[in-house]
Amino acid sequence: METEWPGRWDHLQKIVERGGPFAHPDFDPSPEILSFLKETCKILVIGAGGLGCELLKDLAFMGFSDIHVIDMDTIDVSNLNRQFLFRAKDVGKAKADCAAAFINARVPGCRVTPHYAKIQDFDESFYRDFHIVVCGLDSIIARRWINGMLISLLRYEDGELDQTSLIPMVDGGTEGFKGNARVILPSLTACVECTLGFYPPQINFPLCTIAHTPRLPEHCIEFVRILLWPKEEPFGAGVSIDGDDPKHIQWILEKSQERANEYNISGITYRLTQGVVKRIMPAVASTNAVIAAACATEVFKIATSCCLSLNNYMNFNDTNGVYTYTFEAERLEDCLACSNKPQAMNFSEADKLQDVLTYLQENSTLQMKTPGITTSVGGKNKTLYMQTVKSIEAKTRENLKLSLKELGLEDGQELYVADVTTPNTLTFQLRLATTMDNS
Amino acid sequence: MIKLFTLKQQKKDGESGPDRGKRASAAQLRIQKDINELNLPKTCQVDFPDPDDLLNFKVVIAPDEEFYRGGRFVFSFKVGQGYPHDPPKVKCETMVYHPNIDLEGNVCLNILREDWKPVLTINSIVYGLQYLFLEPNPEDPLNKEAAEVLQTNRRLFEQNVAKSMRGGHIGNVYFDRCLK
Repeated sequence: METEWPGRWDHLQKIVERGGPFAHPDFDPSPEILSFLKETCKILVIGAGGLGCELLKDLAFMGFSDIHVIDMDTIDVSNLNRQFLFRAKDVGKAKADCAAAFINARVPGCRVTPHYAKIQDFDESFYRDFHIVVCGLDSIIARRWINGMLISLLRYEDGELDQTSLIPMVDGGTEGFKGNARVILPSLTACVECTLGFYPPQINFPLCTIAHTPRLPEHCIEFVRILLWPKEEPFGAGVSIDGDDPKHIQWILEKSQERANEYNISGITYRLTQGVVKRIMPAVASTNAVIAAACATEVFKIATSCCLSLNNYMNFNDTNGVYTYTFEAERLEDCLACSNKPQAMNFSEADKLQDVLTYLQENSTLQMKTPGITTSVGGKNKTLYMQTVKSIEAKTRENLKLSLKELGLEDGQELYVADVTTPNTLTFQLRLATTMDNS
Repeated sequence: MIKLFTLKQQKKDGESGPDRGKRASAAQLRIQKDINELNLPKTCQVDFPDPDDLLNFKVVIAPDEEFYRGGRFVFSFKVGQGYPHDPPKVKCETMVYHPNIDLEGNVCLNILREDWKPVLTINSIVYGLQYLFLEPNPEDPLNKEAAEVLQTNRRLFEQNVAKSMRGGHIGNVYFDRCLK
């Protein structure tokens, strides 16, 4: 397939190969920028849904040619109105695979690599390779996870951030006619965890209303979902609700209808039932297009350094006319994720956990009272010692007598310490001298 | 401003350090703080079947006054990765005759659902649960029959509670003995 033709990159060259009144003052126009974009720059798109399809199309047309996309979902018929990389014949197939195949066939020279997986299936070695991560997600948990991952990739030398370890994250989100786009430079600007309060709480009805005084059709559906399903287990013991299984939704619909009739409530439909069960948010194609375009522009700006990035949070609302507002979300001084820079702690392999505990209590700048110490081994939490909870104390007391080596702790390992003297759990990085060095 | 383009020319050469393994999640760090700072009255006890798993544990409440004096009630706590944006899932594992706890163990406590806020902690929930045993609230019933009895005949309610805790039938529901 022909991948270059005269004039293909004219519009990009106008931006990256010459200066201009709107260019960043430090911007250094050069043809290398375009080749970086086309040949070197590696982009990760998380999500191949409403935003993901738009993002892939925008980025591919912009000249990015090494794009990876992760999505754990398969295509549903209800996606087809706005997720335009998919066709009716694709229903049931993996979104990531179909989206990648479509772009690869449509945009000459672009290589999209699909991953039909969860973001949690990959580790540091995967994420570290990307230059920029851009997200079109519908889940707060996934956003927090990737945010934490990018922060854990940061490296410091003599307390200074090694900027080559920094991977910018561009995040978009939409709900109906509302949307937002933001740029996160981990540890430099506000991260997902700093602004967790921006996300609205999930709407939960009081359990007693659901159980005894329903007034809305939603109350009836929630009654069946929360109280009746676990009691009746209509599809066998331990089978939880699958919002995409028509048999499950049909059962919930019928039971909800019975309950609604009992209380003279109307308005239960299949659509509403599935909407409540799956907590479906209305999706508007044009909002996705606007937010994805804003995100893709930010990716381009970061990759080329041609303009200053969005600083750093843009709200968009086109319910009535078009409203947008950009502000600088501030970093949280005691953010659990991005302000929790590991502090070094020097010990030798032969030192006992008791020595670490004593250090935490007696070091003049720490002076902790009852520190609880955990670490992470292979992504799983390990509690080393916690004296405030009797049942944990009894099971971890023996650890105090063990050496750090016997506990399997390695040089560079992170220890997490919670204590009444600090507002948050602190992260320490263990610097372990081998016993030989010490002698 | 970060000049990614110039910086990233240097990247991509595998000079990156050894894998330290993924860092603990923010939810994990937050629950560690909550657990380390549990400050419970002597009537409440927390038990971790697996001390490495701070996300799943049991809380045992043994009220020393009012209707439920002498009983012992076990609650299971499941904390998800959404914590503290989302509340933990709490169920009562002991079958109890109580207006705000149904026979499947669902608990009607406002801070577990509609009034949850990320500033609340595991400690606040345990206090909330303890309060349910001191002041059962017939206005927000989950077990309607128990609530009606409490509202109309406190004496009978007290007898029913005592009977259920000793192990016995209330109506046609059998309650296991849960006295200490």
